[in-house]
Amino acid sequence: MTPISDTPSTMNKTGLWRVIFPKVDEEKCRRCAICWKFCPDAAIQLVDGVPHIILDFCKGCGICANECPAKCIAMVEEGER
Amino acid sequence: MSKTTIPEEEYAYPGSTGCPGCGANLVMRYLLKGLGERTVISIPACCWAVMPGYWPSHCLKVPLVYCAFEATGASISGIRAALDMRGERDVTVVGFAGDGGTVDIGLQALSGAAERQTDAVYVMYDNEAYMNTGIQRSGATPWGAWTTTTPVDESRGFKQEPKKNVMAIMEAHGIPYAATVSVGHPEDFVKKVRKARDVRGLRFIHALSPCPPGWRMNPMKTIEVARLAVDTRIFPLYEIDEGVLAITRRGKGKPVSEYLSLQGRFGHLTPENTAEIQKVIDARFEALEARAARKNLSPSFTQLA
Amino acid sequence: MRTVMTGNYASAYGAKAARAEVIAAYPITPQTSIVEKLAEFVSSGELNAKFIPVESEHSAMAACISASVTGARTYTATSSHGLTLMHEVLMWASGARSPIVMTNVSRAMAPPWSVWADHMDSVAQRDTGWMQFFCESNQEVLDTVLMAYKVAESRDVMLPAMIIEDAFILSHTSEPVDVPEQSQVDTFLPRYDPEMRLEIGRPMGFGSLVKPDLYMEFRYKAMKAMESSRERILKVEEEFRKTFGRSYGGLLDEYRCEDAEVVVVVAGSAAGTAREAVDAMNERGVPVGLARLRTFRPFPEDELRNLAKKVRGIAVIDRSYTFGAAGAFYTELCGSLFPLRERPVVKNYIAGLGGRDITPKIIEKIIEDIIDVSERGEDVEPEWVEVKGLDRSWQ
Ligand SMILES: Cc1ncc(C[n+]2csc(CCOP(=O)(O)OP(=O)(O)O)c2C)c(N)n1
Ligand code: SF4
Ligand SMILES: [Mg+2]
Repeated sequence: MTPISDTPSTMNKTGLWRVIFPKVDEEKCRRCAICWKFCPDAAIQLVDGVPHIILDFCKGCGICANECPAKCIAMVEEGER
Repeated sequence: MSKTTIPEEEYAYPGSTGCPGCGANLVMRYLLKGLGERTVISIPACCWAVMPGYWPSHCLKVPLVYCAFEATGASISGIRAALDMRGERDVTVVGFAGDGGTVDIGLQALSGAAERQTDAVYVMYDNEAYMNTGIQRSGATPWGAWTTTTPVDESRGFKQEPKKNVMAIMEAHGIPYAATVSVGHPEDFVKKVRKARDVRGLRFIHALSPCPPGWRMNPMKTIEVARLAVDTRIFPLYEIDEGVLAITRRGKGKPVSEYLSLQGRFGHLTPENTAEIQKVIDARFEALEARAARKNLSPSFTQLA
Repeated sequence: MRTVMTGNYASAYGAKAARAEVIAAYPITPQTSIVEKLAEFVSSGELNAKFIPVESEHSAMAACISASVTGARTYTATSSHGLTLMHEVLMWASGARSPIVMTNVSRAMAPPWSVWADHMDSVAQRDTGWMQFFCESNQEVLDTVLMAYKVAESRDVMLPAMIIEDAFILSHTSEPVDVPEQSQVDTFLPRYDPEMRLEIGRPMGFGSLVKPDLYMEFRYKAMKAMESSRERILKVEEEFRKTFGRSYGGLLDEYRCEDAEVVVVVAGSAAGTAREAVDAMNERGVPVGLARLRTFRPFPEDELRNLAKKVRGIAVIDRSYTFGAAGAFYTELCGSLFPLRERPVVKNYIAGLGGRDITPKIIEKIIEDIIDVSERGEDVEPEWVEVKGLDRSWQ
C-alpha cells in the first residue's frame, strides 16, 4: 500500500515549538471569539466564550494577541506564565 | 457562549506542521467550514503537502489524496469521474494548490479541467512565491518583491515583472464562479465558498495567504496584513458569478505603503517605487469598480460558443 | 465473437470487456484508434464509463491515478513521447499502488522523428514500478489486458501494468481475434473492489510524507509486491487458459527450446517472425529455440537461468539501445546469468529501430552468427544489425 495517514495530527505536539505564549486576561475578555476565529491551528477552545489556549498545539504565533480588540491577550516569554 | 460569525465546526485538527502564523492553515480551515464533511481534497507538492504531518499523521477530517506538483487539475478530474461512477455526485471535489502549482507549473492541467468543466472547486492559496522550496519567485509574486531568486542587490532590485492575473485567466475559461477571498475576512470567505459549493462546473477560489517567513514579517501580523491587502485594494475582494462581476468589499482605500511597510520583502522599495505601485492599484480598482457598476456579462461567459 | 481487428482495437475491446470505469487519454500516433474506439463505446453507452478528454498524457496518468485511488478501474493508452512525458507520474502510479492498466503502442523517440516500432519508450520505463507485458499478436493484446487487470488488482500485487504492442506492426495490422463472452469475462474479472480508497467518512491522507525511518519500508513492500506478481501472473494465466482456452507461456514464452543448442531472445511482434525462422532452421537440422520475453518487468530471471543451463549460445535481440551500455534486454539477461558457474555465450543484436523490419532473413543470420560465436566461445560486442552509412558526411 501507499502510505495512508489515518491518525489525527494531534499526535504532533506543535506546542513544543512555542517561544512566546498568549496569556489571556479573562476579566477583560469581551467573549467576541475573534481570537478563536483567526487561530491558524484551531488551538483555541472557547469555554463560555472565553478562549482557552490548547497548550499542546499553540505555536505562539501571536495572531490572537494582535487581533484581540479588548487587548486582553499578551504574549509573554514561555517561562512567565 | 458567544455567537461565532463563522461555523463552529472544525474540520482541521490542531498539530499541522505549518509555520506559526501560516495563512495557508487558515485558508484550509475556512474552506472546510464552508464546504463541510462531504468533501474530498487533492493536494499537489506545496507547503500544504507537508503540513498534514509525517505518516501516519493527518490533520483533516476529510479524505485527501496527494498528487504530483503540476497535476491538480487532472487529479480532480479523475476523482470526480470515479465518484460519479459510484453515484456520489453530492461529494464536493477540491483541488487545493499553491500559487506556483496553479499559475505556473499546474496552469495547463487547471486550464484543461476548466475547459472540460470538471465539477470541482479549485482553491489557489496564494502566498506569492514558492515557499515550500524556500521562497523562490513564482508567476504570482508581485512586482517589487524580494525573493531568493529575485535578490535585492545594486544592479537589479527585486522582481521586475508584474503578478499574473489568475482571476482573468480563469474568467477567460468561462467558468461559472470565481472569487477572491482573504484570511482577514473569514465571513466573506465562508460565504463565497458556500456559493461555490452549490454551483456545478469548475469553480475557482483565489485566496490570499500571508506567509510570515516568506513575506519577512512577524507571524502575529498575518491577519492584519491580509486585511490591509483588502483595505489598500492591492487585493480586492470580488466575485465573478455567472460572468457578472461584483465587488464584495470595497476596502477603505488606505495607502498601499501601510501594507508594504509591514513586510520585509518590500523593505528595499523607495517612495517612488511605492508611488508607482499605488498608481497601478488605483487604476486597477477604478476599472474593477467601473465593470462592477456596468453589471455586464463577461465576454468569456457564454453558454455555448 | 470471432472477428478481424487491429491491435489497437484489441486493446479497446479488452478495456471494454474489462469494464474499465474511468478512461483518460490523449491522442498520439499510432495509439489514436484505441481512444477513438473507447470514446465511441462510452458515447454509445456500450461501455458504462467516464471518458476524460485530458489535455496531456501527464494529465491522463494523473487523472487515472486519482480515479484509481477513489476506487475506479482505470485505463489509458499512449505511445513514445506520451509515455515518456508520463515518466514522473508512472512512478507515482506504482508508488500510489494504483492498479492502472495502460496500453503503450511502442514507438521510436525523436529526433529523428519516427512514428514506427521501437522499444526505447517502453524500456526507458523499466524503473517506474510497472509490470510490462510485451505482446506478439492482437489476440494476446486483448487477452493480456484482461489478465493484467486481474494480476494488477490482486491484493498481493496492487501495481500498474503496461501492455506493449509494437507500433503499426500490431497496432494497425488486422488479425483474427476472438472477443470473449462478456459473462465469462465478468466471472474471470469481477468488479474492482480495493481494500482502501478515498472515501467519505474515512478521513485519511493517501500518499503522505514519510520520514527516512520508513521510506525504505514502503519501497520494500512495493518490491515484494512486484516479486509476488511472478506467481500471480502464472496463476492468472492458468485460470485464463481454463476459462478461455488460450495461454501465452508465462513470463518467458519458450518455443522449441527443449533440444535447442542456441536460443534467440526477443520481445514483441518480432517473436512471430523469429518463430518462423526457428521452424525453418530446425527443418534444416539446426537445433535452435526461441525464448520470448513476455514480461520485461518482472524480469524472468529464473526462467532465463534455467534455459541458459541447457544451451551454449544466446542471441539477444534488442529493439532499443541504452547509450553507454548496450541493449537493455541483453544487459539484464547477462545480469541474471551472472550467478551461474558456467554460462553460455551471449551476444547482443540491435535491430529494428525506428520501424526497420526484422525479417526472417535477419533472424536466420543472427542464428547463424550466434552458432558461430558460441562455437568459438568469443567475447562479443553488441552488433548493430545491417546498419549503413549516411550519404552526408556532416551527418
Ligand atoms: C515537478 C516538480 N518540480 C519541482 C518540485 C519542487 N517543488 C515542490 S513544492 C514547490 C513550490 C510550491 O510552490 P507553491 O505552489 O506556490 O506552494 P507553496 O509551497 O508556496 O505553498 C516546488 C518548486 C516538485 N515537487 N515537482
Ligand atoms: S512557509 Fe509560509 S505558507 Fe509555508 S507553511 Fe510556512 S507560513 Fe505557511
Ligand atoms: Mg506559493
